[in-house]
Formats: sequence, C-alpha cells, structure tokens
Amino acid sequence: MQNCILEVRHLSKYYAGVKALDDVSVTFREGEIHALAGENGAGKSTLIKTLTGAITPTGGEIVLEGQIYDKLDPVGAIDKGISAIYQEFNLVPYLTVAENVFYGKEMMKNGLVDKRAMNAEVQKTLDEMGIKLKPSTLVSDLGVAYQQIIEIVKAVAANSKILIMDEPTAPLTNTETQVLFNIISNLRKKNVTIIYISHRLEEIFHMCDRVTVMRDGKYVSTRNVGDITQKELIADMVGRTLGEDYPQRAKPVGDTVLEVKGLNNDRVRDVSFRLKKGEILGFAGLVGAGRTEVMQAIYGADKLEGGQVYLNGKPIRIKDPSKALDKGIGLIPEDRKNQGIHLGLSIRQNITFSSLKQAMTGPFINKKKDTAISEEYGKKLQIRMPGINQLAMNLSGGNQQKVVLAKVLATKCDVIIFDEPTRGIDVGAKQEIYMLMRQLVEEEGKSIIMVSSEMPELIGMSDRILIMHNGKIAGELGREDFSQELILEYASGLIGG
Amino acid sequence: MGNTTSIKMKNLIGNYGIVFVLVALIILFAILSNRFLMADNIFNVLRQVSIVGIISVGMTFVLLTGGIDLSVGSVVGVSCVGAALLMTDGGLHPALAAIIMLLAGTVCGIANGFFIAQLKIPPMIATLGMMTSLRGIAYIITGGLPVFGFDPNFTKLGQGYLGIVPLPVIIMLLVFLFGALFLALTRAGRHIYGVGGNEEASRLSGVHVKRIKYLVYAVSGFMSALAGIVLLSRINSGQPNAGTGYEMDAITAVVLGGVSMTGGQGKIGKVIVGVLIMGILTNGMTMLSIYEYTQQFVKGMVLIAAVAFDSFAKSQKSKAVIG
Repeated sequence: MQNCILEVRHLSKYYAGVKALDDVSVTFREGEIHALAGENGAGKSTLIKTLTGAITPTGGEIVLEGQIYDKLDPVGAIDKGISAIYQEFNLVPYLTVAENVFYGKEMMKNGLVDKRAMNAEVQKTLDEMGIKLKPSTLVSDLGVAYQQIIEIVKAVAANSKILIMDEPTAPLTNTETQVLFNIISNLRKKNVTIIYISHRLEEIFHMCDRVTVMRDGKYVSTRNVGDITQKELIADMVGRTLGEDYPQRAKPVGDTVLEVKGLNNDRVRDVSFRLKKGEILGFAGLVGAGRTEVMQAIYGADKLEGGQVYLNGKPIRIKDPSKALDKGIGLIPEDRKNQGIHLGLSIRQNITFSSLKQAMTGPFINKKKDTAISEEYGKKLQIRMPGINQLAMNLSGGNQQKVVLAKVLATKCDVIIFDEPTRGIDVGAKQEIYMLMRQLVEEEGKSIIMVSSEMPELIGMSDRILIMHNGKIAGELGREDFSQELILEYASGLIGG
Repeated sequence: MGNTTSIKMKNLIGNYGIVFVLVALIILFAILSNRFLMADNIFNVLRQVSIVGIISVGMTFVLLTGGIDLSVGSVVGVSCVGAALLMTDGGLHPALAAIIMLLAGTVCGIANGFFIAQLKIPPMIATLGMMTSLRGIAYIITGGLPVFGFDPNFTKLGQGYLGIVPLPVIIMLLVFLFGALFLALTRAGRHIYGVGGNEEASRLSGVHVKRIKYLVYAVSGFMSALAGIVLLSRINSGQPNAGTGYEMDAITAVVLGGVSMTGGQGKIGKVIVGVLIMGILTNGMTMLSIYEYTQQFVKGMVLIAAVAFDSFAKSQKSKAVIG
C-alpha cells in the first residue's frame, strides 16, 4: 500500500441552496495517477477548486501529508505543493519560456533579474523531461501544446508534489498527447501525484491507476482502472446504463449537394471534395492539418484565394458568413467560448441571433415570435435550462454547445458544418448530439460535414472520412475501410498525399 | 424559504443597485433642502442634464460594442459654432442649419467608424485624434471668438417649454426612448450587444461587424451634434469651447448606469439613472452652497463608490445564480 499523500474528508460546498459538493471523501496515494470522472456539473471542478484554494469549502477537511486543514488559499496551496493546470493557460505571451516559469519568483543577482541562471535552470528541466524547446523562446510564438508543457514545467519547477490536470489533452493532437503522456509517466516515476480530469475515457484507461467517479456533487466510487470496463465506468458516471454505441444509419445518401473544387489559401492547398444529401462526411487529421481552415473558407469566415464552391450544381460566391447562412450553409465553430456562444446574452437571444429575420414584425423584433422560435429549438435540442431568459453563462458546457447548435439550426440551413461538436462536453450530452446529427440527416434531409479529433466518434458517425495532412486531402475512406490505424497513417503523412 | 428570499433580495440589489443610490441621494437632499423637491427645481435638474443625457445615449451604443468615443465633446463644439455661423454669416434658416450640422456630426461619427472598423485603430486613439482635430476646427472657423445674433425663434428649442416641461427635457426623453427601442427591439440593436460580448462569435453568426461599428459611432456623432444644437439654442451664443469635457461626463453617467466598459452588457433605462445621479449631485450640492471645487471632488468619489457598490451587488447576484 502506497502512502496516502492527500485526503479529503466529508468535504462539502453549498451555494445558496445547491450542493455543488456533498460530503465527498477521497484519498489520493503518493505517486499515482488518479482520474476524476463524471459528467459536467458532477462536482469535479468544485473539488479541484477546494484543493487549489480557489474556493472555501462549506464543511469537511483536507488532509495534506498528515496536516489537517479546513480550507486552503491559492498561495498556500502552491507553497504546500499543489499545482493545477487548467484548459486556459495562465501565461504571459510576451515573456520568454523561462521568464514565465519563474514569473513572480524570479531569480535575482545584484538586485537584477538573472536571466542566464533562469534559462539554465529551465533548460535542465526541459532536458530531463526530454522536451526540445529553447527557454528563451517567446510564449506567443508557441502553439497550445507547448504552452501546456510550460505550465507543467512551471509546476515541476515549483516542486509540486500534487499536480492537477483539467482536460489536458483537449487542445492537443494525437502526437502531442503522446508527448504529454510521456511527461506524465516521467512525473509518476518521480513520485508526483497526478489528479487527472478527462472526458476521454480511453485516456483514463490508458494512463491512470485509479479512477474516482462523481455524480451530482456526490462521491460514487473509486476503483482500480484495471478492474473495470469502459461500460461499467460510464454506468457509474451517468447512474444508468448508457449504450456508448453510435446510432446506426438507416437511409442511403442522395445526390451531391455541395461540391468544392481546388480550394486554396495560405493554409489550404488544392482541396476538392463532394458532400451528398443526407450524408455525414467526416474530416480527420492532426490539429493544424487545415481542416478548420477549409471549413472557415467555405463558410466565408476566412479568405479564399482560389477554388470554386458549387451548391446543388450552381457555382456560388461566399464572401462572408452572412452570405453563407443566406445560401443555407451553417457552421458550428470549434471554439465554443470564443467563437460560438454569447455568454452575456440570454439563451433566447443566443438561439435567434442568426435568424432574427424570422422573428421580425416590420423593423422590430416580435418578442412572441422570438420566444416561440427559441423555445422550439430549445425543446428540439433538449437544452436543460431554468428558463429561456437565463444568461447563457449559467449553463453547463454541454448545454451551451446545444445553444450554439440551436442557433445554427434555427437558420434552417441545409448544409451544416460541425467543427469538433463534442469537445469538452459530457458523455450524456455527446450521445444526444450524435442522435440529433442522425436525425438531421435521416429525417430532415440535411447534410453534415463533421470535423473531429476524436477517432471513435468519426468512425462511429461518418459515412465517409476524408483525411487531411499539411493543408491537403491525403486520403478518403469509405465506411467499410474505416480503421483507426489507417486514418492515423494518412493523417501523419505516412501514406497518401 | 429564507434562502430564496435572500436570493431574490440579492437579485434585486444586483439589478437595481444604482437605483438605490439615486433614491438615497434624493432622500438625502430632500432632507437637507426644502426647495429640492419642488417642481421647478426638478425640471431645472432635468434641463441641466439634458445635454449630457442626449450624448450619453450615443455613448451607450458605443460602449456596448466595447468601444469608446472621446470625440463627443468636440462634436458638440463644432456643431454649436457651425450652426451659429451658418445662421449668422450664412444667413440660413435655423432648421436648415441644424440639419446640416446633424449631418456633419454623423459624418464625424462615420469617420470614427472608418478609422476603427476599417483601419483597425483602437477606438480610444481614433476618437482621441478626432477630439483634438475637431476642437481645432471649432477654433479655426470662429477665429476663437464666440458667435451670436440669431433668429429669436431659434432660442425656443433650448429655452422653451411644452406645458411645464422644458423642451430640451422632451428632446432628451425622446432620444432615450429611441435608444431603448432601438437596442431592445431591432436586429441591429441585438447585434450591438453581440459584437460587444463576443465579436468573433457574432461574425461567425453572420453579423456584419464593421457595419455595426460604423452605426454606433454614427449614432454617437449624430447625438452629439443634436446636443450641440440644443446647447447653442439654450445659451444663445456659439462658443468654440462648448462641450469641453462632456465626453467624461457622458462616460461617467453611462458607467454609473451599469454599462460595462468591455461591452456587451447594460441597459439604457439605467443610463438615465446614471445621468440623473450626476445632475442631482450638482444641483443638490449647489443648493446647499457647497463650494464648486468640493463638488468636483465629491462627484469623482461618488462615481467610484457607486460603481464599487454596483460590482459588489453584481457579484452577490452571480453567486446567487451560480449556486
């Protein structure tokens, strides 16, 4: 039995009448990778925040290396060796890697910042972790993956004994994820305890030693990962048995609806493809392969330097997103928070944001029509909300994504581009979005392009998959040829191109 | 049950915190001065705030998109002396002069929109440049001297009454009504909130973001010119320095009214409250014969206190909601 390094006992956090965390007790062993699983709103984040000192628990205690605390504060938590890496990074873009690692605790020499010593120190850590990166690089010049690595280096440099990672792989490509996993294994060897939150269950099974499941603010179970199956874990998370199968398609696809010929701009080279009526066309590829750029170009959100788009056989010119919507092409962007939702607007205002024309009487918005449209789509998408006039910021991630979906569907477009439709949302909401996509193509005759970095979802949902590499389409697979290995080989440029 | 009542209470304070400040001020001055609540004094306050009130509607539009318009005071100055010169030297009918200056003010706003939307100059810089240049124009066209001698009918606009209500107050109320209807009930109004809250999401939702930016600065320019014309009629003389510092008064009132400086949030109804707080403070303190320099100090402190109270109240409200 390993040493217990951290324990929470009967931890609770109540907000006016709601129990965000309800009498939760968990122990974390030294040097283990301990996953926290649960749907959005299960209380994982609240638990994490009590550990980092971001919030004060209402009751219970935190036992850290034998010391009992009834609360922690942010500075104290770091001093005691607890660090957290969130999905949004806390880095200063115009400082170097080393300056960021030592931000707030710079090494000094004669009253001046000693850059050389800091660079050397960071270089040492990077070498140890096997990461090729110069400490003098500006953070603004780095991609997400490296920014995350810097956050980890920061935690390591602060001598953290407990490292909390909240959805660390969400923004990463498969290769980058592998690098991250190597780093995590290294940390485990150094006896660092890692608390790992992820919606991707295969990662939990791949990386973690134990998994604690939470639901509705309550503790459900802690198990050795080796002792359970994915299905059992999902059953614990949702509290009911949920088929993780993808809805099967029944109807065959129709004629070509959208055709793209020779699309070119600075990120995309000579991309051509056809989308058929009632089809779900998957786009696979590594992050940066140009998938999102293709979609943004078709949708008129990015410049198009060459190529032609045909809708129902007729050539069309789309110069901005409003034109695309007029033509019946909608886009659900990949970055919900920055590109999709208006957090400060109400659910109603969000849903009808792109389709207000339908809710007008003369020059004015007709509140009745406005409400009717948003209620119709709110119901259709089963958005769980206290009321249509609630602000979108009060919804969970999955429900926010449904609001964005509702907004696009309300424009009554026929071709819908889903860019990473299930990123960062919980299992239950994912399932609902899959069902909806099926319903859209089969019952309503819509056509869907789905860009996704989640292989199982691409394989489960698509009728055809196009794989992009380096701005070009590297290969195309029909349903019978779908395999994770093949897609990866195309995506990494091993074959095709 | 106790819990829900306290949530309701917190929501109430969160939504109407600034209204409580206004009511508290009214009660305070009513106790300290028995003339304060008399009808003529109430209209006096309203008339005093009408110029800044008109400007603050345009400023609200701009702030809601996450921008700022520092040129409003200078547009007031230019439209004031511009209309004066058109009537005196140009011999134009007052109505025609007013229309020309309203157009000119709108053009100034469109120029702001061009610098900000097309050339991507930060709003603070673009409108700061316009503020300085337009003030320069006001001095150039007048040679730095006041302009006077208009048709006596023209002064009715600023000095006349409809029943017992001064005309500038009516104009201000109409402008507020226009602003409230526009923001709440038109597509462009919804898009203004959207652009301020999340510009990229708005663009991807099919909003013509540039057009919205042109629109809000044009509205701000128009409102400022309107304020300048009303001001000219009230003081009956075109002063090239008219409107100096009004940008700060308007921003203060709008921020007091709870409009977020980062855009996307705020209601025009509460901006009226912000405008009234500024007016009542001036009026009340003047009635109590408080030294003018002290008044200035107090107003600054009230701004900070009111906004601090408002953000405290909001944090209480959001706690209640998240919980």
